[in-house]
Amino acid sequence: MVGHTGWRKAKTLAIFLLPSIIGMSIFVILPILSSLGLSFTKWDLIGDIQWVGIENYVNVLQDTTVHEALQHTLLFIAGYLPSVMIIALGLALLLNKKLKGVVFFRALYFIPVITSWVAVSMIWKWLLNPEFGIINYLLSLVGIQGPGWLLDPNWAMAGVILTSVWKDIGFITVIYLAGLQEIPEHLYEAAQIDGVTPWQKFRYITWPMLSSTTFFVVTISLINSFQVFDQVWIMTEGGPAGATSVMVEQIYKNAFKYYKMGYASAISWVLFVIIFTFTFIQNRIQKKWGYSHDES
Amino acid sequence: MTNPKTKKRLSKGLQYALLLAGAVVMLLPFAWMLSTSLKTSEATFMLPPQWIPENPSLDSYKQVFETVPMARFFMNSVFIALVTTFFQVLICAMAGYAFARIDFPGREVLFYIYLATLMVPQQVTMTPLFILMTKLGWANTYKALILPGIFSAFGTFLMRQFFQGIPRSIEEAAFIDGAGYVTIFFRIIIHLAKPVIATLWIFAFMASWNNFLWPLIITSDTAHMTLPLGLATLQGRWTTDWNVLMAGTLISIIPMLLVYVFTQKYIIKGLTHTGLK
Repeated sequence: MVGHTGWRKAKTLAIFLLPSIIGMSIFVILPILSSLGLSFTKWDLIGDIQWVGIENYVNVLQDTTVHEALQHTLLFIAGYLPSVMIIALGLALLLNKKLKGVVFFRALYFIPVITSWVAVSMIWKWLLNPEFGIINYLLSLVGIQGPGWLLDPNWAMAGVILTSVWKDIGFITVIYLAGLQEIPEHLYEAAQIDGVTPWQKFRYITWPMLSSTTFFVVTISLINSFQVFDQVWIMTEGGPAGATSVMVEQIYKNAFKYYKMGYASAISWVLFVIIFTFTFIQNRIQKKWGYSHDES
Repeated sequence: MTNPKTKKRLSKGLQYALLLAGAVVMLLPFAWMLSTSLKTSEATFMLPPQWIPENPSLDSYKQVFETVPMARFFMNSVFIALVTTFFQVLICAMAGYAFARIDFPGREVLFYIYLATLMVPQQVTMTPLFILMTKLGWANTYKALILPGIFSAFGTFLMRQFFQGIPRSIEEAAFIDGAGYVTIFFRIIIHLAKPVIATLWIFAFMASWNNFLWPLIITSDTAHMTLPLGLATLQGRWTTDWNVLMAGTLISIIPMLLVYVFTQKYIIKGLTHTGLK
């Protein structure tokens, strides 16, 4: 009897789980393990695979191109993260007011989020055209001579950041809005009685109550920004003169332009370690300082 | 002294003005795309720029379809997105159900392995996946474009969470009637799971529709290109013809926009809870 139910259960399990396990093994787990293995080899896809130990990692640490790519990635984050957070929080505070038509505005702000990076990058590449783009035209109306944007090494990253902020604002706004809606009304009512100013309300109630939302926003934004690629590839291909070269672009170029499979894998693991470290530190800080409340 | 009522009205007016300004910033780029796509090539280089084209024409749309197989890109994107999402939802739902309901040795370990894969960025797996696909001779095939997108640890996790929240009593009644897990799953459970299925479906659709990096790596032949990759190709051929490029961009945006209009509620709710995009 037990044997029968055991057999039947195994059959059921196979039906439910086997497709997933097989697929996850072939397309996710195996590639992760082989990538780790590859990172200790030299291989151009055609010749023999050569075991080189930690040589690739040593080279990554000394590769100035990768260093620059990492610096540009960090520069991107430094420009992108604070801007998107401050603007999104402001919009969320506005949307949280009980005004008519708020749902409509929220839906509008969200349109760039559902649009592909490729489409958004194309649109912004045209908007940022130094001669005929609308941005520099608008700037000229107020007497500002606009920069060369994507064609100018000093301004190209600013253009990429501007585009990315515009695309992601709606996304972060919606997350902040959800956080705001979880703050219990009675806290504000109590403050009302004490006659506090709007700024004090924000400083001592809203902002602390939003801390877990803020940590969440920072974490996912960091993970996403370290992997910035699509917009860079469409808008500048890493240029001009390597000014917007980022980590993933380096992985892509090494693997699929120079066919250095081992080296590309090593860079990707370095990127993983960087992302993992940042996320880990983030989590630690949150556990130590964060006000935690149930967020489901 | 100011009247508190006027003050309130003023602040309300200011709030609407800010919301409206935000809407303009969000919509202007799209409006500019539409306007550019209706211009002739010469009109795009006019200063000051025309907001409404003087002689609107649909020529640039014609040119898009003439220079690249836009219809083909479109069908490829639709086909790949529909097949990927169908199998992703089905496989994640079934695996998620097993993880939530069926006891078996090693269940926890297996689930943690799934979760651990979530931390590894796509860039780590793309090189070995590319090697695997080329060695199998699958480069430039639908198989290569679809299969890696189907299996999702995140989807399995989402489904498991949902099924754990369903009271067991619902299934127990069916068990007494002699139904097996498979019957229960397809007759009862899957209907209860409609909201979470909708959420996962939309995520998967958006991810597939907007995916750029993987198609870029695995496709070189125009016949198998999806819309984002096709757009990038179009950009390579018409570097300065912005009317043609904007027409192509607009065509690529419309389907996702339609999906968004009809599923807006699920998208915003789902994103809020999972932080995925």
